[in-house]
Amino acid sequence: MTTELYQRDRWWHPPALTPDYKTSVARSPRLAQLSLQGGVCELTGPTFGHGDIDAIDNNLIVNYAKTGDAIGERILVHGRVLDEDARPVPDTLVEIWQANAGGRYRHKKDHYLAPIDPNFGGCGRTLTDAQGRYHFLTIKPGAYPWRNWVNNWRPAHIHVSVFGTSFAQRLITQMYFEGDPLIAHCPIVKSIPDPKAIDTLIAPLDLNAAAPLDHLAYKFDIVLRGRRSTLFENRPEGS
Amino acid sequence: MPQPLQYLKETPSQTAGPYVHIGLAPAAAGFDIYRRELGTQIAPEDTPGTRVRIEGRVIDGMGAAVKDVMIEIWQADANGIYPHPDDPRHADAAPGFRGFGRVIPDFDSGDFAIETIKPGPVPMKGGTVAAPHLNLWLVARGINLGLNTRLYFGDEDNSADPVLNLVEQDHRRRTLIAEKTADGVYRFDIRLQGDNETVFLDV
Repeated sequence: MTTELYQRDRWWHPPALTPDYKTSVARSPRLAQLSLQGGVCELTGPTFGHGDIDAIDNNLIVNYAKTGDAIGERILVHGRVLDEDARPVPDTLVEIWQANAGGRYRHKKDHYLAPIDPNFGGCGRTLTDAQGRYHFLTIKPGAYPWRNWVNNWRPAHIHVSVFGTSFAQRLITQMYFEGDPLIAHCPIVKSIPDPKAIDTLIAPLDLNAAAPLDHLAYKFDIVLRGRRSTLFENRPEGS
Repeated sequence: MPQPLQYLKETPSQTAGPYVHIGLAPAAAGFDIYRRELGTQIAPEDTPGTRVRIEGRVIDGMGAAVKDVMIEIWQADANGIYPHPDDPRHADAAPGFRGFGRVIPDFDSGDFAIETIKPGPVPMKGGTVAAPHLNLWLVARGINLGLNTRLYFGDEDNSADPVLNLVEQDHRRRTLIAEKTADGVYRFDIRLQGDNETVFLDV
């Protein structure tokens, strides 16, 4: 039985055209999107299980280790995946990717002069548990420069990808770190018009989840679209 | 003041950036980390159905290929069944069929190819039938919120499809239809902006 999702609040998300983020200018549609009342095609989505991933995949300090652990500030990133009704989203795939402690990505297209860490790959993935919880052990990424304005620097961030239970809940976002002064200067962050929405992307320091003499922790909860409970089924689906 | 509504707000989207491949397709980024990458095979070789190959490019508003895009595919099997518990017919989905794929274009040319089986028509609630199609989701540097669209097949009868029929202009409808170029091969270019801009969906 498919239940429709709550309408996505497109005043809360960044619009497609945000000219201060220059690449959006030629990559944003000019025409209006076609709105669909979701049907089975969008309200289903891929499912993943423990056969798809390995237990080590959520530990970025060791999952690409060659000669030792990755270098940098050891942190736990943890939180829950919830829907807009605050219900946990269990067994859903969470994937992350990030630069190393110096702001360099292990990608053949990244030519920043900061060096690659031979023991750091920069990607991880996990499934949420029955309460929607997930966690990663990683290195806090460094800020890095990018060619937008001459002197633009991305705040430290971790890219986060989540599936939820339907293709229409699919979401990719970025997690930032509490107190980072670069957040206020970033055209990608400022593509989001509402400051309250930006705040929801900033992970607070979570000393309660730190492990003494081992790693610090940041907490990042992710909210996916909620599902409308159908009290009166009186119209056919539009698609 | 009325009672407060207690809903949470959806986490706002951010662009996937230029290095999306590191996280979601590391082999394309040039390194090997996972035992198994996800989405590399939409339909295993023994999946029942007609095998098809769709070739195309994502093109920006200046006519240039978007070489750092990632496309995700979600589709039904040859009988129009999605392998997901919310499809009322899911128990009859083809064994081993995932229906999910990730496609990265060639970094130099921007050409991508989707290798899969042609999905069947999907019966919808209310008695309509969706023509065979792939659901697509595009993310890339410069795209702030992933773009949804659909790919239909030029050699199918698409005249009764409820989504295509929501598109008012016939020439815009054609932006969603892959044209057959050879036996089992189709062409599908996605234009983000400007002339013949692809129809994108708010789903």
